[in-house]
Amino acid sequence: MANKKMTIIASKGTLDMAYPPLILATTAVAMDVDVTIFFTFYGLEIIKKNNADKLKLSPLGNPAMPMPMPMPTFVSSMPGMETMATSMMKSMFSKHGVATIGQLLDMAKEAGVKLIACQMTMDVMGVKQSDIIDGVEFGGAATWLDSAADSQINLFV
Amino acid sequence: MSADTKFDQFLDAKGMSCPLPILKTKKAVEALSKDQVLKIESTDPGSKNDMASWAKRTGNELLKIEEGPGVFTFFIKKTA
Repeated sequence: MANKKMTIIASKGTLDMAYPPLILATTAVAMDVDVTIFFTFYGLEIIKKNNADKLKLSPLGNPAMPMPMPMPTFVSSMPGMETMATSMMKSMFSKHGVATIGQLLDMAKEAGVKLIACQMTMDVMGVKQSDIIDGVEFGGAATWLDSAADSQINLFV
Repeated sequence: MSADTKFDQFLDAKGMSCPLPILKTKKAVEALSKDQVLKIESTDPGSKNDMASWAKRTGNELLKIEEGPGVFTFFIKKTA
């Protein structure tokens, strides 16, 4: 039986939103599903060299963000709040035995997940091919559609 | 009733969260020969459903799940 196929568009570059594409991709491969991830816009941050474990999280504009104590919204815009929220979230992840983004990315690559970087958004945002980790292909909408048309699962994150 | 279920390899996935127990299980089962059994211990409550789904999807047989205090024990036979 031919493997099922899945594509994911990863368009976000925050710590929290980098998790779903990589968790689903690595799990899918473990369930004999062939996976393609298309990184576009801020999702490119995940596959920039030495950047996967430097992604950040902002409490700003996210009322659901867990805080150690209740605080007024404007406090979230103060200097240092992003760093604080990021390190708080990272320590919550590590306390619960969750892999880091870098580890998941390595596992995805090792398992043969196909990684595609969106050339158009790279050009717009001044990202060079040499800024991107090895093993990534470069393409556009048609490249994703070609995979997506043959896939049973297509997700936009 | 089942402390004596036979197994060939043991995977300690205690303390790991989704998706690590599944990823480690996949690797461990891959390393088995056909009909060998992997025993897995996990503390992730989600792994109870996840292991069943993984086994069904990959065509391996989930022989048994045991629920202890805070620990789930799985026996998976490599049939695929």
